[in-house]
Amino acid sequence: MTRLRWLIPTVYILFLMLPIYWLLIMSFKTTNEILGGFSAWPQNFTVESYVEIFTDPTWYNGYINSITYVAINTVISVAFALPAAYAFSRYRFLGDKHLFFWLLTNRMAPPAVFALPFLQLYSAMGLFDTHLAVALSHCLFNIPLAVWILEGFMSGVPKEIDETAYIDGYSFPRFFTRIFMPLVASGIGVTAFFCFMFSWVELLLAKTLTSVEAKPIAAVMTRTASTSGYELGLLAAAGVLTIIPGAIVIWFVRNYIAKGFALGRV
Amino acid sequence: MNKTWNNGAWFMVLPVLLIVALNAVVPLMTVVNYSVQETFGDNLFFFEGARWFRDVLASERFHASLGRQFVFTGIILAIEIPLGVAIALAMPRGGIWASVCLVLMALPLLIPWNVVGAMWNIFALPDIGLLGYGLNWLGFDYNFTRQPLSAWFTVVLMDVWHWTSLVVLLAYAGLRSIDDSYYQAARIDGASRWAVFRFIQLPKLKHVLTIAFLLRFMDSFMIYTEPFVLTGGGPGNTTTFLSIDLVKAALGEFNLGIAAAMSLIYFLMTLLVCWLFYTLMMQGSEKS
Repeated sequence: MTRLRWLIPTVYILFLMLPIYWLLIMSFKTTNEILGGFSAWPQNFTVESYVEIFTDPTWYNGYINSITYVAINTVISVAFALPAAYAFSRYRFLGDKHLFFWLLTNRMAPPAVFALPFLQLYSAMGLFDTHLAVALSHCLFNIPLAVWILEGFMSGVPKEIDETAYIDGYSFPRFFTRIFMPLVASGIGVTAFFCFMFSWVELLLAKTLTSVEAKPIAAVMTRTASTSGYELGLLAAAGVLTIIPGAIVIWFVRNYIAKGFALGRV
Repeated sequence: MNKTWNNGAWFMVLPVLLIVALNAVVPLMTVVNYSVQETFGDNLFFFEGARWFRDVLASERFHASLGRQFVFTGIILAIEIPLGVAIALAMPRGGIWASVCLVLMALPLLIPWNVVGAMWNIFALPDIGLLGYGLNWLGFDYNFTRQPLSAWFTVVLMDVWHWTSLVVLLAYAGLRSIDDSYYQAARIDGASRWAVFRFIQLPKLKHVLTIAFLLRFMDSFMIYTEPFVLTGGGPGNTTTFLSIDLVKAALGEFNLGIAAAMSLIYFLMTLLVCWLFYTLMMQGSEKS
């Protein structure tokens, strides 16, 4: 019984890999072959779909747009959340618990509820179809998440360190950037990873707030799926390319990812 | 940690407060505004009071999508939580294999949600997809674009594929935090495998499982993109969950009043669960 224990994770991982494998081999098939019938391996191996994505501006601009707003969002979220998380982890102040709870409710709010009002709000601000609009709207769930995760990591740093630094004559900004931030560096890394992740996977708001200039890759894909017939090979190749950034960054945070999902509270 | 009382800390929280308020309070007020008015275009609005709320609460359509939502959330919780714990228990305790497992398992979590839908669409197509072709080859009559049962099976399987890893990761982190001396004591007492699970591992997992349970509840409750891309809510309305129905009403049919009232009812439900989550989690962290 115990000797066969490794089977359970192995079977589970195989199950996880199957759809990804299918997507991968679809991306190397020609459209004719895909629609021609079932085959577990590409008969005419082709990289045509990838070539098209890397040469057609509507496709590769989708990736550039997505990465741009994800990066802006990650920077804003972490920068804004750092002082707030410090305040929550070190001080008690009027209404702190209510504020902390209110932040959490925004992480849990269904984006569908906000889609239409966001469209009007960002149109009124003249930001419709800009990267900034998507980045700011993703702050709705990413800033609360960042505050929560960072607060969890910061609470693990003993308060005596702050006090010692003040006695040694450090000013607050110098203490914060020179001493405190290096101490919670892993927490900042994990937070940035989670902001990246949730902004990267979200589609509903990103699609609602853009039309041409800032259109995310996910929206380019849905358009392809509906208008230009059934170019499954192209769609599969585009899908494969969206998996790669996540697969790369995940390796760096593998030991902290659970702590991040538990909002810094394991 | 004993915290000092300092209202000056408000200044550190202020930037976050402002940016989240812009994103949360303004749209929410817009929704409240719509939910009590009727419009005939041209920006002419008439006060309607609670009419839309009465309409939504009495409508068959809302009851149906709410019902589907609860059934879906119930099914995936019943599968994902026990499965996730079982896998976490069987994982290697450390070393390179544990890292490899963690990274491979976390992979589905990082795939954009519409790609998850598209991927499962290709995977489940009855004529050319591995899953669909395989099931038909095995003798099952499977076609998720035509049969409600197949569609549900596919949507549930997709969610299990997508999110079970979250439960695994959390349960694994919880198990790692158990000190080895507990296991040694259990071995000396000659405790059975079941007793070790029941009296050592399960109590330690309580906290992380609370988080896993409520995160999965909330996220499955607002699921939109994956089923929308996979089935488009069909066949018929059989996989139209709350968010899909809401977006249909708001952006598709432009029934602003109905959509707004629905949004608020929906939002209040999530708020209630959120409060429960917060209370349970804070209790957990105060004890530990």
